[in-house]
Amino acid sequence: MSADLFSIFIIAIFIENFVLNQILGICPFVGVSNRVDSAVGMGLAVTFVMVLAGVVTWSIQNLFLAPFHLEYLQTLSFILVIASLVQFVEMVIRKTVPSLYQALGVYLPLITTNCAVLGVALLNVRKGYGLVESAVNSLGGGLGFFFALLLMAGIRERLEVAEVPVAMRGAPITFITAGLLAIAFYGFAGLA
Amino acid sequence: MNTKELTKGIWAENPIFVIMLGCCPALAVSTSLANAFGMGIAATFVLLGSNLIISLIRASVPDKIRIPVYIVVIATFVTMIDKFMAAFTPALSASLGIFIPLIVVNCIILGRAEAFANKNTPQDSILDAIGMGLGFTIALAMIAVFREVLGDGKFFGIPVPLIKDDPCLLMIMAPGGFFVFGLLMAWKKHLAAGGAK
Repeated sequence: MSADLFSIFIIAIFIENFVLNQILGICPFVGVSNRVDSAVGMGLAVTFVMVLAGVVTWSIQNLFLAPFHLEYLQTLSFILVIASLVQFVEMVIRKTVPSLYQALGVYLPLITTNCAVLGVALLNVRKGYGLVESAVNSLGGGLGFFFALLLMAGIRERLEVAEVPVAMRGAPITFITAGLLAIAFYGFAGLA
Repeated sequence: MNTKELTKGIWAENPIFVIMLGCCPALAVSTSLANAFGMGIAATFVLLGSNLIISLIRASVPDKIRIPVYIVVIATFVTMIDKFMAAFTPALSASLGIFIPLIVVNCIILGRAEAFANKNTPQDSILDAIGMGLGFTIALAMIAVFREVLGDGKFFGIPVPLIKDDPCLLMIMAPGGFFVFGLLMAWKKHLAAGGAK
């Protein structure tokens, strides 16, 4: 059982990395990866919200939607729950840990439209995970996103001083770099 | 008829290449032309529905709760197209997977609701939705042409001579999507800059 959880965790971080393998959460990946410190803030915020959202949406699916045969409300209820969860987390953090709010504040509202968060919620349901498995998969997914974002930010700080052709500057070179990173991540497939 | 609202989304303000909204589905489902058109039609339908409804109700929605209201409207249309595709085109629905429900967080839809339908008449909003939807579909198809031909050796499911025996598999995997998208975006930028050498 614990070995299963461990493999879910490792697969979620490295092999089925949300950004580089599943292609989810590209907007923040490109938007916030220009500096390492903002990448850390965004990565932490996303990981935190993903775990919470994974647990809460699992509960909604299995305690509410499935027993009452309301599965068709899945998309609607998940997105509303994630949106209000993000708002709630923002308020709690602002009240209780002002220093953390300072660091994460600006990234929190952006997370609502991060498709990795809704994506992990939907994938947990589609893969038929239980509560603990969902939480572990969400944590792994969040950390994988964090890891990819951090790698990208480190590379982009170097790219700023590199001589890039004019048309390739900015987003295009970021995508090419992401492609190379994605190839590198296929090397982890052997871990499975 | 204000044709400018219709045509701007197709090229000048193309949602994918210029405004860079909705990159995730553009990269994830552009592995074949059939997927690209399926996704394009689904997103256009949602865009059309949400733009129309939002431009009709914008006067009676208080400003403070407009985003949650928009999200409910959008999610309703997404659920409709999701169920519709699962019933009528099960194969397409299976290959697009979670990217159908994920249209709900596609920034194009909420972006147009907030930036356009919120301020314009239903008529203009419909044109805007059709234009943006077409632009999205065209961008997806452009990426998909390269990926399907090079990565799968097929064009709309029809085998292409020479390539079909030994396609470059990488192109239909995630890295191929990143490469094609990056290069196409650079090309669009190059053209926008007047094609200066």
